[in-house]
Amino acid sequence: MTSASVSPSVDPPDGAMRPRPARPVRDFVVRLVRDKPLGAAGAGVFLIFVVAAVFAGVLAPYGVNETSLYRRLQAPSGDYLFGTDHLGRDMLSRILIGGQLSMTVAVLTSGLATLVSLAIGMTAGYFGGRVDMVTQRFVDAWMIFPDLILLVVVISVLGPGVPQIIVVLGLLYGIGGSRIVRGAVMSIRENTYTRAAQTIGATSLHILWRHILPNIAPVVILLFTSRIGGVILAEAGLSFLGLGVPPPAPTWGGMLSGAGRSYMYVAPWLAIIPGVCLTLVVFSINVFGDALRDLLDPRMRGTR
Amino acid sequence: MTSLLDVQDLSVVFRTERGALTAVNSVSFDLAAGETLAIVGESGSGKSVTALSLLGLLGEAGRIAGGSIRFDGEDITRPGAGRLREIRGNQIAMIFQEPMSSLNPVLTIGEQVAEPLRLHKGLGRAEAMAAAGDLLERVAIPDARARLADYPHHFSGGMRQRVMIAMALACQPKLIIADEPTTALDVTVQAQILELLKSLTRDLNSAMILITHDLGVVARYADRVAVMYAGRIIESAPARDLFAAPRHPYTIGLMGSTPRLASGPKARLATIPGQPPDLAALPSGCAFAPRCPHARELCLSAPPPVETDAGGRRLACYGHG
Repeated sequence: MTSASVSPSVDPPDGAMRPRPARPVRDFVVRLVRDKPLGAAGAGVFLIFVVAAVFAGVLAPYGVNETSLYRRLQAPSGDYLFGTDHLGRDMLSRILIGGQLSMTVAVLTSGLATLVSLAIGMTAGYFGGRVDMVTQRFVDAWMIFPDLILLVVVISVLGPGVPQIIVVLGLLYGIGGSRIVRGAVMSIRENTYTRAAQTIGATSLHILWRHILPNIAPVVILLFTSRIGGVILAEAGLSFLGLGVPPPAPTWGGMLSGAGRSYMYVAPWLAIIPGVCLTLVVFSINVFGDALRDLLDPRMRGTR
Repeated sequence: MTSLLDVQDLSVVFRTERGALTAVNSVSFDLAAGETLAIVGESGSGKSVTALSLLGLLGEAGRIAGGSIRFDGEDITRPGAGRLREIRGNQIAMIFQEPMSSLNPVLTIGEQVAEPLRLHKGLGRAEAMAAAGDLLERVAIPDARARLADYPHHFSGGMRQRVMIAMALACQPKLIIADEPTTALDVTVQAQILELLKSLTRDLNSAMILITHDLGVVARYADRVAVMYAGRIIESAPARDLFAAPRHPYTIGLMGSTPRLASGPKARLATIPGQPPDLAALPSGCAFAPRCPHARELCLSAPPPVETDAGGRRLACYGHG
């Protein structure tokens, strides 16, 4: 236990201050595995998906868009581990390459959304007053429009493509999520320690960065991880409308809503495999996010 | 001795839904280096607001409407934001009432005590941490250096208040404002904290403004006392003189309503009848007149002027002879 305060025997005899853990990363992994096995499992599963996505090009046994009418809708077998789709394309290759795309979009979009939420929410929540009034009316105005309408308008103007999807979805989720950040900041701001930080002469930026951000970290982590699944599904929805990543590029959402649905009864693996992948990624990052939140909170250390 | 802090006719106004409230009304006092001034008064009498205005921490709704604050010869009534940050924590430090919420729960004790040093003295991480260890030792935290890496939830209320004191003293400020520093603590701990605060300020020759409603604390630790009522200082005097001979009927009432062991368990505690006035609807005369046993017609017409006598006592009362 790194933060124990009751064992005088570990104090250096010369009275030097207790060092921070020499290997913080290793230390963290040990705590993750020991205290939060489910979170560790989540991290492991997510890591496998990330590695698979990064090395998708090497791992994919066939070309992504290699069609063959002779081998269409084949069940999983030794040659085709995940079977083939309605155009005879290898599902394993498409899952790998599609995973690369879907996860890139998901992580970048959630990241952008979280940054946007932080920027708006922290400014409004911390400064309050007129700043809050103005930003909140802007957020109100933005939220009047249904998400889908904004998406359809922007993408029909700019044309479908990965960068457009990331920016539009990132802004959409980010502006919506700023309310949550704002609320969290407002409750933290009321604590005497933010006022105490002012009395020692800290700048607003310093207070926001050092005193408020660490305290709203649990909210921010949840905001990030809970969006990942949402983005993958939103991208699937867009693909279904023809506004997502343009075919033939594979995405999990596209596979699920396209061939997966059309051939559900004759070739269930077309729906099951991308569905299972989606579920695993979303679930694993969520349990990892929960564990991370608990481990990062000093008050939770040593309690289990 | 020239004064370290010279406050003249300070008025603070808050914007509220019910209109402008004058929370502090033409308050004047001064403080010499190393001196301890106690500001006493009921809740809402303006004592905390007076202190916060010295640091420019009145928030969105409050503003200084008149008067001046001179600190160390410099007018800090309306300083720029940058100058204010240089003063805060470095020359004027503040200790709050709630030790349980004055420390950030996610930062270590060491990081927090080191923070003013890093902000004002430009110390690096390691130097500031070493200095923080020394500071914790000075506020008598056992095994101080080993506890730098602890978090606030490992500390009791009294220990946290010691940490707050260490933070306040970090840059050796010329003035320390302690806003009811012991109200939230156990009685046994209160005396320890006050003794510590007193001896450390004496060592540093720092002046202190002690805000409290505990007259026992005042008698023991203050050099001078200012009694506030409804935003005004109605009487101020050297502590000894004030306790020996309170003059303002409100001060007399306050002293009379302090419980004494000597009076026995059956004795009724004296109270001041009535309620403190509503700041939004102050009477035109002396604010205490409606509760004052000696009020005369004169008292209802206009607020009494502040008069200073030869012994340094300042009194705002028409007298009740």
